[in-house]
Amino acid sequence: MKVLLTDDSTTMRKIQKRVLQTMGITEIVEASDGKMALEKLTEHNYNFDFMLCDINMPEMSGIETLRNIRSVPEGAKLPIIMCTSVAEKDQVMEAIKAGASNYVIKPFKPEDLQSKIETTLQRNK
Amino acid sequence: MSINQQDFTYVQTLVRQKAGIIIDDGKEYLIELRLKPVAIKNGYENVSGLVQKLKEHSRHNGTHEQVIEALTTNETSFFRDLHPFEVFKNVIVPELIEKNAATRTLKIWSAACSTGQEPYTIAMILRDSFPQLAHWNVSILATDLAGKVLDKARSGVFSQLEVNRGLPALMMVKYFDKQGDSWIIKEPLRKMIVFRQLNLLEHWSGMHTMDIIFIRNVLIYFDVEAKRSILKKVRELMKNDSFLLLGSTESLINVTTDFNNVRHDKTFCFKRKF
Repeated sequence: MKVLLTDDSTTMRKIQKRVLQTMGITEIVEASDGKMALEKLTEHNYNFDFMLCDINMPEMSGIETLRNIRSVPEGAKLPIIMCTSVAEKDQVMEAIKAGASNYVIKPFKPEDLQSKIETTLQRNK
Repeated sequence: MSINQQDFTYVQTLVRQKAGIIIDDGKEYLIELRLKPVAIKNGYENVSGLVQKLKEHSRHNGTHEQVIEALTTNETSFFRDLHPFEVFKNVIVPELIEKNAATRTLKIWSAACSTGQEPYTIAMILRDSFPQLAHWNVSILATDLAGKVLDKARSGVFSQLEVNRGLPALMMVKYFDKQGDSWIIKEPLRKMIVFRQLNLLEHWSGMHTMDIIFIRNVLIYFDVEAKRSILKKVRELMKNDSFLLLGSTESLINVTTDFNNVRHDKTFCFKRKF
C-alpha cells in the first residue's frame, strides 16, 4: 500500500507514520503543504491507495488541496482522510462537501486513526 | 503496592458472584489499574484498603457497585466493526420492514450498551436510511449493568476522542451538535432510545419480544453456564423472524444449539430454532 501524508508539522507526520507502519504500510510519501501534495500526486500519477491531509497549512490549505484533487479525473476516487484540529461543525461539513472521504480530529488515539483508515478503505472498496 | 493474592481472590469472587464476570488468574494488574481510582476516591491510599472495606461491608452498598462498574469493560465505539451494521442496514432492517409491514413495529434491544455508542449507531442508521420508519412504532431499548455508564449514554455527550472512534464524518455533522469540545447527539435521536439498567444474570422483568437483539462483546466475560442461562432468556424474547447479533469474535459453538446461524459476508446473524 502507498500513502500520501500531508501535514505541515513534522511531529504530526512522524506520529501518523508510526500508525501507518503498525498497519504494515511502508511506502509513505510526505508533503508539508497542499501545493507540495499536488506535486507529489502528479509525480506519482495519483497512484496512491489513500491520503491523509491536514487542513491548516501554509501555501495551500487542505480544503483547497482537496478541491484541486477532486477536480481532476485521476483524483476523483482517491480516499482522502482529513486529519486536523479544525473541529467546528461547519468546517467538517465544508470538507465533506469538498470531497473528503472521512475526518479525524486531532488529538487522536493511534488505534482510532487506524480504525478510521480501515473503515474508509472498506467503504471505498 | 500491588494487590496481594488474598485480596485478588476476594475481588475475583465478588465480581463473579455479583456480575457473573470472570477475571482470570494473572489479571492482578487489571484489578490494580481499575480499582486504584476507586480506592483514592473513597479515601484509601491503595487497593488493599478498599478491599478491606468491601470485606467489612459484605452487604451490597455503594462501594461494591463502584468496584463492579470499574471492572466492567466499557470498550466501545460507534459503528464498532462496521460490517455488522452494514448487514443491519442492507439485510436485516429491509427484511423486517417487509415482514412487519402489517404491524408496523420494529423492536430493537442493545444489551450491554455501555456508554451508548451502539444504540446511537442503530438510531443513526434507521434515521438515515429508512425514512419510511417515521410512521412506524420503532423502539430501541438500551441496557447495561452499570448505572454510571448509562448516565453517560443517556446524556448523549461525547468527547472529541470518542467521536473520532468509528463515527463517519457525515454522521457526525448530521446527528451531533458541537458545544465546546463536546459533541452532543441531537434530541430526536436521543428520544428514540430508552435506557435501562439490567443485569443479564438476574431476572429480566418487563422485557418484551424483540425483532433484533444486539448482545455484542459481552458474553465473552461470562462462563459457559452463565452464557447458556442468558441465551435461554434471549431465545424466549425472539420470534421466528428475529435476529440475534453477537460480537465479531464470539460464537455459540459448545454453548448452545438453540440457534441457527446465517452468514452474511463477515457477519454471523443468529435465528432461534423452533
